[in-house]
Amino acid sequence: MDHLDVLESRTIYILREAFNKIDKLAMLWSLGKDSNAMLWLAKKAFFGYVPFPLIHIDTGKKFPEMYAFRERYAREWKLDLRVGTCPPVEEMDPTLPPAARSAARKTAGLKSMLDREGYDGVIAGIRRDEEGTRAKERVFSPRGQHNTWDFRDQPPEFWDQFKTDFAPGTHLRVHPILHWTEIDIWRYIQRENIPLVDLYFARNGKRYRSLGDQDITFPVDSNASTIEEVIAELQQTKVAERSGRAMDHESEDAFERLRADGYM
Amino acid sequence: MNDVQSFAVQSNLPLKIVIVGHVDHGKSSLVGRLFHDTGSMPDGKVEAIKAMCERRGMPFEYAFLMDALKAERDQGITIDVSHIHFRTAHREYVLIDAPGHREFIKNMVTGAAQADAAVLVVDARDGVQEQTRRHAYLLHLLGIHQVVVAINKMDLVEFAQARFQQVAVDVRDYLAGLGIDLQHTRIIPVSAREGDNIVAPSPHMTWYEGDTLAQALDGFQPPLAPLDLPLRFPIQDVYKFDDRRILAGRIESGHLRRGDVLLFSPSNKTARVASIEAWNAKEPVLAVRAGQSVGVTLDEQLFVERGDVASLVSNPPMLTNVFRGRLFWLGRHSMTPGNRYKMKLCNAEFPVEVEKIERVIDVSDLGTSSGQVVERNAVAEVVFRARRQVALDPFENNMVTGRFVLVEDYDIVGGGLISMDGYADQRAGQTIRATNIFRVEHRVPEEDRWRHNGHRGGVLWMTGLSGAGKSTLAFSLEQYLFRKGYQVYVLDGDNIRHGLCSDLGFSPEDRVENIRRVGHAAALFARAGFLVITAFISPYRSDRDRVRALAPEIFHEVYVDADISTCEQRDPKGLYAKARRGEIEDFTGVSAPYEPPVMAELRIDTGKHSIEESVAVLSDYITSNFAITPH
Repeated sequence: MDHLDVLESRTIYILREAFNKIDKLAMLWSLGKDSNAMLWLAKKAFFGYVPFPLIHIDTGKKFPEMYAFRERYAREWKLDLRVGTCPPVEEMDPTLPPAARSAARKTAGLKSMLDREGYDGVIAGIRRDEEGTRAKERVFSPRGQHNTWDFRDQPPEFWDQFKTDFAPGTHLRVHPILHWTEIDIWRYIQRENIPLVDLYFARNGKRYRSLGDQDITFPVDSNASTIEEVIAELQQTKVAERSGRAMDHESEDAFERLRADGYM
Repeated sequence: MNDVQSFAVQSNLPLKIVIVGHVDHGKSSLVGRLFHDTGSMPDGKVEAIKAMCERRGMPFEYAFLMDALKAERDQGITIDVSHIHFRTAHREYVLIDAPGHREFIKNMVTGAAQADAAVLVVDARDGVQEQTRRHAYLLHLLGIHQVVVAINKMDLVEFAQARFQQVAVDVRDYLAGLGIDLQHTRIIPVSAREGDNIVAPSPHMTWYEGDTLAQALDGFQPPLAPLDLPLRFPIQDVYKFDDRRILAGRIESGHLRRGDVLLFSPSNKTARVASIEAWNAKEPVLAVRAGQSVGVTLDEQLFVERGDVASLVSNPPMLTNVFRGRLFWLGRHSMTPGNRYKMKLCNAEFPVEVEKIERVIDVSDLGTSSGQVVERNAVAEVVFRARRQVALDPFENNMVTGRFVLVEDYDIVGGGLISMDGYADQRAGQTIRATNIFRVEHRVPEEDRWRHNGHRGGVLWMTGLSGAGKSTLAFSLEQYLFRKGYQVYVLDGDNIRHGLCSDLGFSPEDRVENIRRVGHAAALFARAGFLVITAFISPYRSDRDRVRALAPEIFHEVYVDADISTCEQRDPKGLYAKARRGEIEDFTGVSAPYEPPVMAELRIDTGKHSIEESVAVLSDYITSNFAITPH
């Protein structure tokens, strides 16, 4: 087994645990590269099927290319897609910095979707190497009554034995690609030929490394216009992946506060 | 993929290294410095850390790289484990920074359990402290044998060689006590704050000529995939998305090929692998191996469920309902005998009861006590009993199928490694090898035999320690009953071992087989109308239960009870003395377990009652249970 086989096998194991243990389960599909790789891994885990609904929390501010991608692959892959809407920014915590406050809309949209549909668990495609608080996450991460993350008291998790019992009213976030890095994801996309939104590839000297809302996501300087060139670029770069995501950098703990409140 | 012998070593995987040690000995700083000095810091990260430090009015703190939570930076301690990727010229790494505070042992275990190797950080001023010892012990328990010791903060002891040597000796003493191979354990003087001996050799410690920390990491061996162990394929789920019925799971050890006959445990059923399923595969998969998450279909529709373990017929896991666990306890409530938990072992989940707490280990001096309580963060050896047969391996044979976690309420509260020392594989007793055997009916009804004899047939099964008085009672009772006209016969342990069981020794497996044979012989006598009295130690509850199951309506268990010191005083054959001198292995009560009956039909305390009194109790019991009053 090579490195990607090992990562793939563990993700499949985690997805199968989640499907076995969680009655009402859904997967978040943000249309980004990580989400698409995760969805592909689910098809591998379940032999071509995706046996749970996919949720897209739509802030209404995504790139047009992302909406087109969503419509095409929801149809081609016969996905059970549920689109959730988000409340206006005025209803968000005014003490958050502007971009974080805008991003908080997505948490609110997710929470109302989860409440409405009554999911016991949602699968999210976050990775440890993206950001410091995500590096401290568990694979099966319990959430409180209001989707809150108690990072001060996380359950022990070892030997691939996960927390699969939880009190009524709480639910789980499952993170099957937590152990992948950005470059792992790209190599896997290359190996498996997974479809992507082409915003990730350079046009006029710019490309997106991470995709979010149009108004708070910025492209990086790059001439990488193919997967091979992206991988070559990532082997050299010292720029952080989420450097183009404004909400991560506005204040020391803005992103931590977002996550404690239930952001992915 | 089909060449099963290749890639025994997964050399291109990042090596996972956990950083452990006492609180405030500088683990997070060490990670930050290692990250910085290998040129792994992303642009702007150093500036961001600088800004955070200035805001708090403190000097530059490398620990802030890993301490991503505001609460961690504000309090200057690591709360939860963090992962970070970096590379040296030699290979890629994942560094796992574990918290050192006693409060967060569960987080330390979470981090360390995933690691291939460890760095144990010790403050040169404080030396070996409580969590240094506890972490070293837990590493040992988790099976992490590759360890580098970094004696940190050498800058604060003027880079003094004498101080380094003093601390190094303490560390060596403790690790030697754990049985860790010190030849391969490097001890390095470092300063994380100043960068001495992290990546670059220290200009301040020219007396040290060994590896830097980065060099020592590069010397660690990558993990081996357990390809050469017997096949273990725990069933994670069974899918029926279309007309295929797919058994899904991860191969934990060995290989599986299309066409193999699989044995499922604990159900003991077999079927052949019809296909290995895979989505989007370019060609049919013919073989899979340890580490892969796979799916297979069978050539016949067996009832197989999550938690069953598939193996090859030739080398299956053990089956047992009782075993030892060496465990670390993370629960908020303490563990005491009689407590019940949910155990998770691979994909199997089942209730267990704590039968006995054998030893509680004090990690500070490696002393042990025979405590009856396991407190939070303690290490102990415990005997567990499950209500049904469980498929498992001793940890020394298979790491993955030889370990478990315990769940109380909603939480994982501990983990442990399985030992079967002194306990038997119970598979032998329940496998019928001969086929095409049919029972034939007798023409003499059992009741007619009873009426002829004036009493029912049955088995009076005496169990108890050596020296408890089983044989003495059995022969006295036989004599008494014979005189009263009973068809009675004693099967005695020593006599049976001269003939029917002369090929058996005293290992747990042989004891199981011994009792199985005696049980069947006794049941045949009883069916012939005899009253059979047996006198065997028969230490395992599961064996006695199996004999009972052969003839449940006529089986009577008699617990001949005398405490071990009484038996040892009597020692009629001098066996206890020999066992205490270590001349007899596996001696019940001394070096092998005895499991007293839970619901014996009769209990005779030979410590309190004489032989005559005991025989009188027994004969009363027999008259009321076996005698037939003539019509």
